[in-house]
Amino acid sequence: MGLSETRSGERNPERSEGAAAGSQVELSGNEPWITTKLDQFVNWGRKNSLWPMPFGTACCAIEFMATAASKYDLARFGMERQAFSPRQADLLICAGRVPFKLAPVLRRIWQQMPQPKWCISMGACASSGGMFDNYAVVQGIDSIIPVDVYVPGCPPRPEGLLYGILMLQKKVANERMGDKTLRNEMEPDPTSQLYLAPAVIDEVSEPFGNSVHQTRSGL
Amino acid sequence: MSNGFTPVVPGSTLGAESAAPATPKQIAHRGGAMNPSADAIRDRFPGAVVRAAVVWGETTVVVDRARAHDIIQWLHDDLAQRYDYLSDVTAVEFRDLEQPLEVVWHLRSLPFRRFLRVKVLIERGSALEVPSVWDVYRSADWLERECYDMFGIRFAGHPDLRRLLMWEQYKEGYPLRKDFPLRGRFSRSEQLRQALAANPEARYSKDELSIADAFEDLPDDMKRRLGTGERTGE
Repeated sequence: MGLSETRSGERNPERSEGAAAGSQVELSGNEPWITTKLDQFVNWGRKNSLWPMPFGTACCAIEFMATAASKYDLARFGMERQAFSPRQADLLICAGRVPFKLAPVLRRIWQQMPQPKWCISMGACASSGGMFDNYAVVQGIDSIIPVDVYVPGCPPRPEGLLYGILMLQKKVANERMGDKTLRNEMEPDPTSQLYLAPAVIDEVSEPFGNSVHQTRSGL
Repeated sequence: MSNGFTPVVPGSTLGAESAAPATPKQIAHRGGAMNPSADAIRDRFPGAVVRAAVVWGETTVVVDRARAHDIIQWLHDDLAQRYDYLSDVTAVEFRDLEQPLEVVWHLRSLPFRRFLRVKVLIERGSALEVPSVWDVYRSADWLERECYDMFGIRFAGHPDLRRLLMWEQYKEGYPLRKDFPLRGRFSRSEQLRQALAANPEARYSKDELSIADAFEDLPDDMKRRLGTGERTGE
C-alpha cells in the first residue's frame, strides 16, 4: 500500500527542516542513556493509548465506524476510547472532505487538542480534495493543520486505516524528546494568515489527471 | 393559513369511489391527464398562465411573474385546491443564453393527493427578483435563502434573505450560475485565506438579532460592532 508518512510542512521547502518526520530524526548520538530509555518508555505508553478524535464529514466516517466496530476492532491497538471532545483526544482522524466553511472549525479543533497530538488524514478528499476539485472544498487539510499519516482510498478499507494507524504508532515509538521540531503546530504566516505559503497552496491545488480537461464553467 | 389542518379521512375529499393510492406505472413522457388545478388557475386568473404541460405525469404551470404570489396564495387558501405543502423552491438556468431563467415552486396538496409545479420565467436582462411566498408557507424561508445563495435570485418580501450554504462573507458570486467557474473565481490560497478569516464560533449577526428584537437591548459598543458587520460568539 502506498501510504506516505510525512509532516505536511515538507511540501514547503522553507519549513521542511523545521518539520522533519519523527522517524527520520538523527540526533547527535550522545544522548544520555537515561533519556533514551525514558523516551522509549513514554513512547511505548503513548503509542498504545492513542485516543482518537474522529472528525467524520463524509463516507470515510462510515469506514471509520466499521474500523471501530467489533470485526476490525480499533480497541486492539489501544484506541478503546473514542474522544468526541478535542480536549480529551490526542489523535485527530479527519475522515472525509472538508469544505471551506469547515476549515476554520477544523483548525480550531486542532488548536483545542493538547500536545502531544497527531493527525491522520483519511481518504482522498481529506488528503487532496479528491474528486471534489471545485469551489467549495479544501484541497487537502494539510494546508490547515499538520498531517502525520495520509491514508489513500476512496474510501479506504478498514485494513487501510489500521495500517495507517500502525504506521503512526511506529512513528510515535521513534520520537525523541530532544527533537525540538517535534511539536510543530503550524503557526500562520503573519502577512497572509495562511499556514503554508500562498504559492505552495496554489501549486498543490492545481488540477491534475482527468480534471485538467474539465469544463471550467457551464458556458 | 386561513383554514386549519384537516386530516385526510379516506374518501372524504376524494369521493368514496376513489381508489387507494398506488405507484403509477407506464407514464407517457408528454401528455396525459392534467392536474385540474391548472385549468382552475386559468379560470381564476385570466391571462396569467403562460403555458401548462404534463411531463412524466406531472403538471407544470408557467405563470406570470407579477401574479405568481397571488396564484400561490390562492392555491394554498382555496378550499378546492388546498396546496398545503411547499416541498421545494429552486431555479433552473440553461446553457442556452437565449433561454430565460426559471424559478420553480413544487406544491403538494395532501388532502387531494395532487402535485403541481409552478414556474416563473425571468427573461435575460431583467432583474433577478421574484415575489417571496414566505408569508404563505413558512417552509419557504430556507428554501428561498438557498436559492438566493446558489443563483442570486432575490425574493422580494423575504424577511431574512442571506446566504444559507456558503458563508455570509462569500464574495465569489453564485455557484450554480452557468458563468460561475467550477473551481471558483479566486485562487486557492485566496479562497483558503478568506475561509480561515471567518470566526468559527460566530453565531449571531445583526440581522438575526434584529429579527429576535434583541438588537436594541444590546450595549452600545456591541451594537456598534455588529453594525459594522462583525459577528460575535456571545
